[in-house]
Amino acid sequence: MNETVQPETVDADRAVLDHFESTIAHDQRIEPRDWMPEKYRKTMIRQIAQHAHSEIIGMQPEGNWITRAPSLRRKAILLAKVQDEAGHGMYLYSAAETLGIDRGEMTEMLISGRQKYSSIFNYPTPSYADVGVIGWLVDGAAICNQVPLCRSSFGPYARAMVRICKEESFHQRQGYELLMTMMRGTDTQREMVQESVNRWWWPSLMMFGPPDEQSPNTEQSMAWKIKRHTNDELRQRYVDMSVPQAEALGVTFPDPELRWNAATGHYDYGQIDWDDFNRVVSGDGPCNAERIEHRRSAHEDGAWVREAAIAYADKQAARTKTAA
Amino acid sequence: MTEASPPSDSFTAEGGHGAVPTGPAVPTGSPTRSPRNSWPLWEVFVRGKRGLNHVHVGSLHAADGEMALGNARDVYTRRNEGVSIWVVPAGSITASSPDEKDAFFAPSGDKVYRHPTFYEIPDNVPHM
Ligand SMILES: [Fe+2]
Ligand SMILES: [Fe+2]
Repeated sequence: MNETVQPETVDADRAVLDHFESTIAHDQRIEPRDWMPEKYRKTMIRQIAQHAHSEIIGMQPEGNWITRAPSLRRKAILLAKVQDEAGHGMYLYSAAETLGIDRGEMTEMLISGRQKYSSIFNYPTPSYADVGVIGWLVDGAAICNQVPLCRSSFGPYARAMVRICKEESFHQRQGYELLMTMMRGTDTQREMVQESVNRWWWPSLMMFGPPDEQSPNTEQSMAWKIKRHTNDELRQRYVDMSVPQAEALGVTFPDPELRWNAATGHYDYGQIDWDDFNRVVSGDGPCNAERIEHRRSAHEDGAWVREAAIAYADKQAARTKTAA
Repeated sequence: MTEASPPSDSFTAEGGHGAVPTGPAVPTGSPTRSPRNSWPLWEVFVRGKRGLNHVHVGSLHAADGEMALGNARDVYTRRNEGVSIWVVPAGSITASSPDEKDAFFAPSGDKVYRHPTFYEIPDNVPHM
């Protein structure tokens, strides 16, 4: 390789970078075949792959209850909800693949722990009320995060987010309706709902990530318009939306400092205890190993199906050829 | 302040479900197609309703065209989003390159006379 950089090359590099930056500045989308800085490409692959993995792993906590749903109606709804999450994973793998990474490779990286997924899915679902609370609070938090991402600067990701957001509304509403039904039931059912809310409230708040002052990557992501609001902004928006929903449902959040602040026009909330979350993040959560193990066995147990389908397709293609 | 240990280096909020661990390194993979014997990639086009064109909606993997259609139905039309689906092997698509964008589309750039607004018609001529 020639080490001396020609002036024209520098100019050309500058020109493509300028073009990339002005595309973003004008709120236009970056499309897969466009030139983009290597760091942008890597960041997008990581972000989209992690999001896809989260959708896929996210099927497990609720999938846990499909066979034990209390009625055919609830079972059909839960199946549809979990199937949607699989679909979300597929939309996102498809978006990531436009950047030149292969879906099989991403699955391998998830299984081998080299790519990550959202830590919220490492919490267990010991109670049926968790199905409702996940729909209401966890999908609710996902909606807060995802609606701004419909305007992500990377076109395929933004388009996948539009599809996903349309479906998330069903997820949140079915969860809330499930909880409303339980709240109209017996004292035991109401206690189940409150107990579940107590377990999920803080992890849901932590989904928005570290406080802004400890979130060094935010600035670059905001400049690239792949993140539209800071972690704390989104978290506050979520708290403000959730409190009246809890009141209407008749449950409380486990935070004695949660109260309306007339001066700011927002709800104040207590200090988040990051120690517990850090434990879950660093792999010490109740379900980390189980989630990946389950994904791995599904992948490996399905290998013969993938091979058989290829063999069948090859045979059919050969037959068509000889017939022709 | 008695805030718990700072979490900033152990996780980040990226993507739709927020907090994701960062770990020592989160590799993004090499941007190459894996050579393993995997199902080929198909691009999917859906006609939303009668009277509309098919529109590209995404891609999927399938062993053959028939399976690609079935998968496309399950992934992209769970809520009546389509009345017709096309699946096309991704490798069969020839696309214009963004690098030659200006030159490639230049032939239409200087032909303003192809647009109706190019022609001035007096206001008193109706229905035109
Ligand atoms: Fe989802
Ligand atoms: Fe969801």
